[in-house]
Amino acid sequence: MNMDAIDRAIIVATQEGLPLVPQPYHAVAHQVGIEPDEVMARFRIMLESGVIRRIGAVPNHYALGYKANGMTVWDVADERIDELGKRIGQLDFVSHCYQRPRHLPDWSYNLFAMVHGHDRTETERKAQQIAELLGGDCRAHEILYSTRILKKTGLRIPG
Amino acid sequence: MMDSLDRAIINHLQGGFPVCANPYAEAAKQLGTSEIELLARIKKLLGDRVLTRFGPMYHAERLGGGLSLVAMKIPPNDFDRVAGIVNRMPEVAHNYARDNVLNMWFVLATETPEGQQNALDVIEHETGYPVFNMPKIKEYFVELKLRV
Repeated sequence: MNMDAIDRAIIVATQEGLPLVPQPYHAVAHQVGIEPDEVMARFRIMLESGVIRRIGAVPNHYALGYKANGMTVWDVADERIDELGKRIGQLDFVSHCYQRPRHLPDWSYNLFAMVHGHDRTETERKAQQIAELLGGDCRAHEILYSTRILKKTGLRIPG
Repeated sequence: MMDSLDRAIINHLQGGFPVCANPYAEAAKQLGTSEIELLARIKKLLGDRVLTRFGPMYHAERLGGGLSLVAMKIPPNDFDRVAGIVNRMPEVAHNYARDNVLNMWFVLATETPEGQQNALDVIEHETGYPVFNMPKIKEYFVELKLRV
């Protein structure tokens, strides 16, 4: 999708959230200086093209009690990774699932899955489910917990 | 404390918020509540940090920028100095210490895909340590399916 200056203005106006007023798209239109119908049309196009993944509530896992969020990493045969990655991504406790490059010899893991649990025991049990699903296709795995947040700002395009 | 309406908002409104003139009224109808009540609840959930945001979730790469996950292997006695350098970079969005040989993990977001290499070069030069760049090769699923 080709984005123009108006799309960019809409994104800058809404990337931190939709206005919490009865007619939020009208409020955005007012801010950007175009008609409400135009804003809504552009939102629909951005949804269809995937520029917007979805519109709705973004929950804070930590505040909801999911305090043991583990980045699980797996060394999986490259020729099997697409099939296995799709199956792992469908598990309801996995929020993100990606293939990433190895860096041998330091880093042999090519499949990443974020697993959310209330405590480490629960997260480890869920990782064990992934291990069983991968079976002999997985050569090794680890769970990386964050020990400190060093920086946390959202991804933002400058306004 | 959250009640059943709060839980319904979290469980049913993680996506699919309507694009129409009065979307909160429309969403409220589906949740069996009123527009005023829904708006008040969302404000409260945001204020309590139960929600980090309410609105569109943009797909970073499709906005034309560059995005990657980067790890580093830093000796413990030099960790804070390196964290300071990395955190000062505006391109670094999140940065976490993790319990691994690769003990620093951050998200690098640049305005253009070409900007990635430049930012990585700056980090390597200023810190004196190599970066392990792990841009996504494929995405198998990214969706919050959190239930409360």
